[in-house]
Amino acid sequence: MTIDDSLRELYQEVILDHSRHPRHFGPLQHATHNGEGYNPLCGDRVEVHMVLDGDGRITDIRFEGRGCAISQASASLMTDMVAGRTMKEAEKLMSGFLHLVKGEDASGLSEDDHDRLNVMAGVSAFPMRVKCATLAWHTMKSALEGGASAKTE
Amino acid sequence: MSFEPPRSDFPILAREVNGKPLAYLDSAASAQKPKAVLDAMTEFATTEFANVHRGVHTLAAAATQRYEAARARVARFINAKHSDEIIFTRSGTEALNLVSYSFLSPRISAGDEIVLTRMEHHSNIVPWHFMRERKRAVLKWVDVRDDGTISPPAIQTLLTPKTKLLAVTHMSNVLGTINPLKEIISIAHAKGVPVVVDGCQGVVHDTVDVQELDADFYAFTGHKLYGPTGIGVLYGKRAHLKSMRPFNGGGEMIQEVSRDRVTYAEPPARFEAGTPPIIEAIGLAAAIDYLAGFNRAAVREYECAVYTYAREAVRQFNWLRVIGEAPNKGAILSFETQGMHAHDVATILDHEGVAVRAGHHCAQPLMERFDVTSTTRASFALYSTREDVDRLIAGLAKARKILGE
Repeated sequence: MTIDDSLRELYQEVILDHSRHPRHFGPLQHATHNGEGYNPLCGDRVEVHMVLDGDGRITDIRFEGRGCAISQASASLMTDMVAGRTMKEAEKLMSGFLHLVKGEDASGLSEDDHDRLNVMAGVSAFPMRVKCATLAWHTMKSALEGGASAKTE
Repeated sequence: MSFEPPRSDFPILAREVNGKPLAYLDSAASAQKPKAVLDAMTEFATTEFANVHRGVHTLAAAATQRYEAARARVARFINAKHSDEIIFTRSGTEALNLVSYSFLSPRISAGDEIVLTRMEHHSNIVPWHFMRERKRAVLKWVDVRDDGTISPPAIQTLLTPKTKLLAVTHMSNVLGTINPLKEIISIAHAKGVPVVVDGCQGVVHDTVDVQELDADFYAFTGHKLYGPTGIGVLYGKRAHLKSMRPFNGGGEMIQEVSRDRVTYAEPPARFEAGTPPIIEAIGLAAAIDYLAGFNRAAVREYECAVYTYAREAVRQFNWLRVIGEAPNKGAILSFETQGMHAHDVATILDHEGVAVRAGHHCAQPLMERFDVTSTTRASFALYSTREDVDRLIAGLAKARKILGE
């Protein structure tokens, strides 16, 4: 893969579309779980708000904050994909996602999940940017675990 | 005055990054090293190295002589009156922390004030936050104006009988602003307030005469000055240093140690506990010699010309906002790119072989002042060229094409 190809894969249209028009963006009233994430490297912040029902299923999720295209797209994609899943399923998805963006074996993901998350796989060629991609996910996890703030360092 | 950038003195500039020739525009983070510095360190380590001050053997004497000669070289470089006013530290950061622990801490109590500017690097902020946390001191901030300057009269109004220190940078690592130090220091001294200057950027781009400035303390680092990492310098007036307690405790800094008593060495040894950065001191002296081999005014004029070339070139981008337009500034170009995050811009530039810094530049109170979380910064050195700037401009255009709205 040439350098320009890797750059094009990183900033492919799906990513840019998510970052320009993030899904599930904004505050969430009556959230049961909230998390705040911070990347001390660049000063970016993200908040993740969720409503979980009695069965531990994420019935609603939104995020706020500003950041680079990678972090915004990753947050947007994440909210798209975890809505409707149980806590356990969301955490399993996250673990697969982390493997994917680090260029590791992500075979734990279902084929469908892998296909949808694969737009972020280009990040693995940019080790300095992996933290941008994972910030929202760590924040979601900390929200699920009771709202301690997440840091990427 | 004519000045030719001595590209071939810097071996790393010949390398490629991502298949493109390197355009290194991150010298404000750390400057590249000329061969003269690398050679001086290697030569010293291969022929004269030993630990300093303690041994009686030939190499110990030679190394001590070289190490102390490096101190004298630094003293001459910033026109310190005495060599013993130069303390070698591990970094510029450690130099500022030394002032906080050893000078300020015993002199400050609850309710006393420290005045600092909003353009300081975190290394000239956090040591004073320590005094806020530990001694309940109050931090008072000098605001930065829209053009990136500070107003000396505004500083004057912040100084009160409770002010124990004024902390100010010589040159902002984000805005490039060169502050009118002489005027600021004289305002502070008129009110009896000592001044510590963060010279990490200033010493590189401006000439420094600590006696003329009448600075109480002047701190800088080696690695931004074309020297090695791992060494910093604190200049302090002799009377201040003599009045200060030690910073770290250990070897080299004592006069005598018994089981129930310890007495301390005179400065500068008092503040240099442990084996100092000896090879690095030789490297720093070589870097100063290297820099002194040029006409400094011509270097500055050249760097400013490269900066101005870049400043004019970015006017073609209506989505780019330059932060820091002080009339007197060093060669740093920081900017915000609307609709594009600095990290995305820097990633794309890197793929063009252009190295810039993206982030908050360890200056978050300043970022907040300009309502940004991060900026992209291109910083220039004596080896920078207009070709580097052209590459930056082309890279920015490409970033806009990829990321643009």
